[in-house]
Amino acid sequence: MTVTESRTSSAGSPIRAPGGRATRRRPWLGRNPIGLLLSAPYLVFVIAVFAYPLVFAVYMAFHDYFFAAPGAQVDRPFVGLDNFQEVLSDPAVIRSFGNVGIFLLINVPLTVVLSLVLATALNKAVRGRTFLRVAYYVPYVTASVAVVGVWLFLFSGGGLVNQILGPLAPDPSWLISPTWAMPTIALFVTWKQLGFYILLYLAALQSVSTELYEAASTDGAGAIRKFFSVTIPGVRPATVLVLLLSTVTGANLFTEPYLLTGGGGPNGASTSPVLLMYQKGIEQGNPDTASAIGIILVIGVLIIAFIQRKIAGGDES
Amino acid sequence: MSKRTPGPGTGTISTRAPGRRTTSGMSRGQNILRGVVLTIGAVAFLFPFYYMIVGSLQKSPDTSISGAFPNPANLTLENYADINSRVNLMQTLLNSGIFTGGVIVGTLVFGVLVGYALAQLQWRGRGITFALVLLVQVVPFQLLMIPLYVMIARDYGLADNYLGMILPFAINSTAVIIFRQYFLQVPRELFDAARIDGAGEVVLLWRIALPLVRPALLTVVLLTFIGPWNEFLWPFLVTKQASMQPLAVALANYISTVAASAANPFGAVLAGACVLAGPAVILFILFQRHFVSTDIGSGVKG
Repeated sequence: MTVTESRTSSAGSPIRAPGGRATRRRPWLGRNPIGLLLSAPYLVFVIAVFAYPLVFAVYMAFHDYFFAAPGAQVDRPFVGLDNFQEVLSDPAVIRSFGNVGIFLLINVPLTVVLSLVLATALNKAVRGRTFLRVAYYVPYVTASVAVVGVWLFLFSGGGLVNQILGPLAPDPSWLISPTWAMPTIALFVTWKQLGFYILLYLAALQSVSTELYEAASTDGAGAIRKFFSVTIPGVRPATVLVLLLSTVTGANLFTEPYLLTGGGGPNGASTSPVLLMYQKGIEQGNPDTASAIGIILVIGVLIIAFIQRKIAGGDES
Repeated sequence: MSKRTPGPGTGTISTRAPGRRTTSGMSRGQNILRGVVLTIGAVAFLFPFYYMIVGSLQKSPDTSISGAFPNPANLTLENYADINSRVNLMQTLLNSGIFTGGVIVGTLVFGVLVGYALAQLQWRGRGITFALVLLVQVVPFQLLMIPLYVMIARDYGLADNYLGMILPFAINSTAVIIFRQYFLQVPRELFDAARIDGAGEVVLLWRIALPLVRPALLTVVLLTFIGPWNEFLWPFLVTKQASMQPLAVALANYISTVAASAANPFGAVLAGACVLAGPAVILFILFQRHFVSTDIGSGVKG
């Protein structure tokens, strides 16, 4: 305020007033406008493969969209919420959302607990670190399609798992049982992804201050106490990330039900929303209803992520 | 960010906090418990892979408990010949390689540029760009799958085309975040000093920033490699010709359709699984050894 005041009053000042103000302010594009240039290719790509398809998906969900021969002019009328109504009154869709809910309830807590425990143990291990690290990450680096082959072999009716369990084996077997199909898939995905989350936690553990552990030791805290009072609060930003990523990955479930349970069997007990999107959108040629399922799925994930953030606390970055 | 510990700074990239090695305070019981937990974990993670190899070498599938140990009378390489006659392994491996290579190049180029700009430069729109990077991660690919399929396979006619496979994966926000994280740990004074010496921004990025974050390049290549190499859904949607399919897609099609007609379906599937898993696992172990050796080196010095 005082600056503008003095500027107008001292009109005879030798320095041009607007210029004088501009030097005090940062340039409009920032101090290093080249940053915008470096980011431009990425931003263009985001528009081309994220933003535009996202808008396109919303457009499809609100129109009677169908595949037509390239170049053909066809009328695709606006139908409001018809697609959503159709999807939400379809018991198969409701069931698939229930399935993914079961999946998340098993997969997410199991992932957070196991990856944090294993990362903490691995972080302090002295012998065999290299071997253990490799062992834990191997499932993560292997294609789902490849390990699905082994799990089919392990969990088949007469497979090794049932041979070991003997009379305790569920009948019908894991992947063809309406009760066990989804938990087996959840277990598979947890096992498959755990190495990545261990990696995240291991990195986070490196930034937990050693002084805090020393202070806790001085105060007489044991290993368990230190784990709960120092480690868990120390890696909280990583936990928020693990919760978010495992939820998003879980909501995107496709390959496992497609291959492990032969396309969501038995009788839809392991269908995922994305599997339905594939079946409805591409196999049956209804991209509009498939997009509606996708939008409902994303809104669901955003709500879950928001709740998780509230509970686990935001990362103060 | 502000809660980061003051000490390590750039050190957290390759070295570890020296305090980690002070295990003297641990009781013997805790060490044993830790060993047990770690061993159970390792067995649970590795056994299916061991079983994959054993199963791929069995003449007839043996699911009994003794079948988990290799039986010389029941060993054969025929399953590999069998899967190769159903799925052209050379061609599908080549397709996987081209798809993966294209994605890695795109990820590195875009990731380094944006990561550097976000971490070290002050420019208008930086906050929005970073928010966008985070937001993009939350948008599930599967929501975009239908519109992308319509655009790429139908409108642009890129079905059964390498470009069509690569395009949706050419940017990777995880890589951007990793690069940003690494660039943040490089002290800004270093760049300011170079700027005072008259270095241009491109020189700065190429000669100073990149060499400093070389571990990040390895991490990103490794993490990116397994993405497209393992990816099933998207190439499955856009490749209908067997000659264009990556191995993961060809093997999945084999599992879901042809497996029933093979003499030893599990053997053939597991042989294919070994071929698909092999390159990723081997490459990963090689990279891992590199990481570990730098860890040990810094551990001895520190």
